[in-house]
Amino acid sequence: MTFLEQNFIPLNNTYGIIFIVSIAMILLYLGRDIVHKSIRAFFFGGYRFFKVLSRSIMSSAQTLQERNREVLLELGQEQTERQIEREFYRINKVVTRDLGTYPELQRIMNEQITKIEEDYAKSGEVPPPSPEWLDAIQAVAELAERKGGDRLGGNVLEEIHKTTQKQHKRAMDEYRKQIAERHQILLKLNPYWRRLANTVDHVGSTIQGLMDRSQHIDTQMDRYMQIHAGEDSALRMLRASSITQFAIALIVVTIAVGGAFINFHLIALPMSETVSAAGRIAGMRVSDVAAMLVILLEASFGILLMESLRITRLFPAIGSMEDKKLKRMAWIFFIFILSFAFVEAALAFMRDEIAADNAALRKNFVSSASDSMETTTISSWIPMTGQMIMGFILPFALAFVAIPLESLIHSFRTVSGDLLVLLLKGLSALMRMLAQLFRQTGEVLVHLVDLIVIVPLQAERGLKSLYGSTKNPHGENPKKHKEVTEY
Amino acid sequence: MKRIIVNSLLIMVFSLTACSNDTQSYSKGIYLLLDTSGTYTRELEKANEIIKYFLSQLEAGDTFAVARIDSGSFSEKDIIAKATFDARPSVSNNQKREFSRTVESFIKTVKSSAYTDISGGMLQGIEYLDESMSGKKTIFIFSDLKEELPKGYVRDVRFDLNGYRVVAINATKLRSDNINPAEYMDRLSHWQNLVQSSGGEWSVINDLDREDALML
Repeated sequence: MTFLEQNFIPLNNTYGIIFIVSIAMILLYLGRDIVHKSIRAFFFGGYRFFKVLSRSIMSSAQTLQERNREVLLELGQEQTERQIEREFYRINKVVTRDLGTYPELQRIMNEQITKIEEDYAKSGEVPPPSPEWLDAIQAVAELAERKGGDRLGGNVLEEIHKTTQKQHKRAMDEYRKQIAERHQILLKLNPYWRRLANTVDHVGSTIQGLMDRSQHIDTQMDRYMQIHAGEDSALRMLRASSITQFAIALIVVTIAVGGAFINFHLIALPMSETVSAAGRIAGMRVSDVAAMLVILLEASFGILLMESLRITRLFPAIGSMEDKKLKRMAWIFFIFILSFAFVEAALAFMRDEIAADNAALRKNFVSSASDSMETTTISSWIPMTGQMIMGFILPFALAFVAIPLESLIHSFRTVSGDLLVLLLKGLSALMRMLAQLFRQTGEVLVHLVDLIVIVPLQAERGLKSLYGSTKNPHGENPKKHKEVTEY
Repeated sequence: MKRIIVNSLLIMVFSLTACSNDTQSYSKGIYLLLDTSGTYTRELEKANEIIKYFLSQLEAGDTFAVARIDSGSFSEKDIIAKATFDARPSVSNNQKREFSRTVESFIKTVKSSAYTDISGGMLQGIEYLDESMSGKKTIFIFSDLKEELPKGYVRDVRFDLNGYRVVAINATKLRSDNINPAEYMDRLSHWQNLVQSSGGEWSVINDLDREDALML
């Protein structure tokens, strides 16, 4: 029996229940304002908290987005600058290689033209047959016919005529011969013409190449200007390019990691012959750690080699070095990698021998015949050669990881930044939703309280309307109520 | 700032020192006792196979010793072959071959002993493995576990088997066990109590065909 039942009303009684409910309702009605305030203080406080949190997160997202934009533009600008620089370098190379020898080319062309001119002039000096002379021959011939009776004079004239005829024929022969010689000279001009035409063609193709390059530079410059101006189209293009770069670089780096893993297995066993396999560092054999270190060193030297060759630009300090120093550094790193390649090839050879020895030992332990306990020799040279070649090639292959690694690092910044912005925006939306949930729950609870005390509330309204009260049915200032419920 | 750098360097040095001292805890130490009393010598061929198996499984830095159980086994003279395998695989393989040859030659020429001093053998094993500073120490007893001490030999010393695993292999039943199996049970429980009360782990492996039977 409860306290109420003992001292006041039995609860199984319907009137009793109604009485208790009525008391509760009256009490709730009397404390309605306090209940409303409590609900509002809690739920609307929660609403404000989540809303502020949402705004704060959204503000962070916007700041990050702006920063991402700047980084993306900066990267794009740097990339385009590098491409333009590369194009100029190529143009410089073409100019130095082809057009740098232009004075020499011009001299050759001049010589060829002079030669052609000289030959042409020579071919033009043909002695024309003298028309006067022909007239003289004609006059002598006519005189001989007219003096037909004068035998002596006729004979002389005939002789003169014959001689002149002979002379004329000889002159004509000489003339023809000289013409033939001129033709020969002209024929010899052909190769000079051809050579000249080739030289001009070569210069023409070089100029065309330069034109193409300049057009490419123009395109790059346009792009650069767009990026510099921070245009949205440039930003979209850079973002798409960054995502593609990230995906490709990630695939290549994953493949490289696989290569490093194979490399590790290739040298871990033979490494135990040189470095202690009994010692451990953080649970790993010292020989395994050494093998891993060798691979990491190879990759590091590869990165530094690529940096020295100006293929990658991960370290500004290296990039700003003098060309001479960089060349020297590149050689040093190349020699290091080459040494590692030889060491790995030797280790791969040793690995094969150790593996064969281990296999022979196990075989001896398995077989019962104790007299067969001898080391078996390497039966096949193919796997051994393969391992040695792999050991030699893999360090060089690892050296090239620097290129996709650079792309991965650069694109990771932008891709991760974009992802973080998305995450923050999502979080902000979630916070907004939670804020709304708090607000709506508060409203619902306020109305629920009103619903519970509906009977006294309606009674109050009735009384107020009866006495023509100017106050609203809730008994509150309508302006104040609006201020409280609107956020 | 300076303090942070100094502290970081100290932490790194300590971490590296801790890593370099890691070697011992990973090495395995195995002491195999071979019962050479009475008719049990016939079982030694089986022991040879087990030794070969152990040899094939042990790695660089591990310690392995095979000792006989005879009338008085608490002696270095009873150690037939012992080795701590070299870090280099080529040297380690040669050590294993030599080890195997020594054991085989012993098994071929072994003569039965009159008594079986298992406790003495175990004491010798503990002493040897403690010296080896191995991380994981195991004593294998290849015996029927029936101890018979010569007159005057006292073995009621306390074993310190903390961190030890004691494994009885091929604990065969004697003819008397067939008549009264309780004798066999008592024998096993006696050794179990002895090992466990001394802080060691106890197990019995009779089925050697089980894959995990001789897992190290």
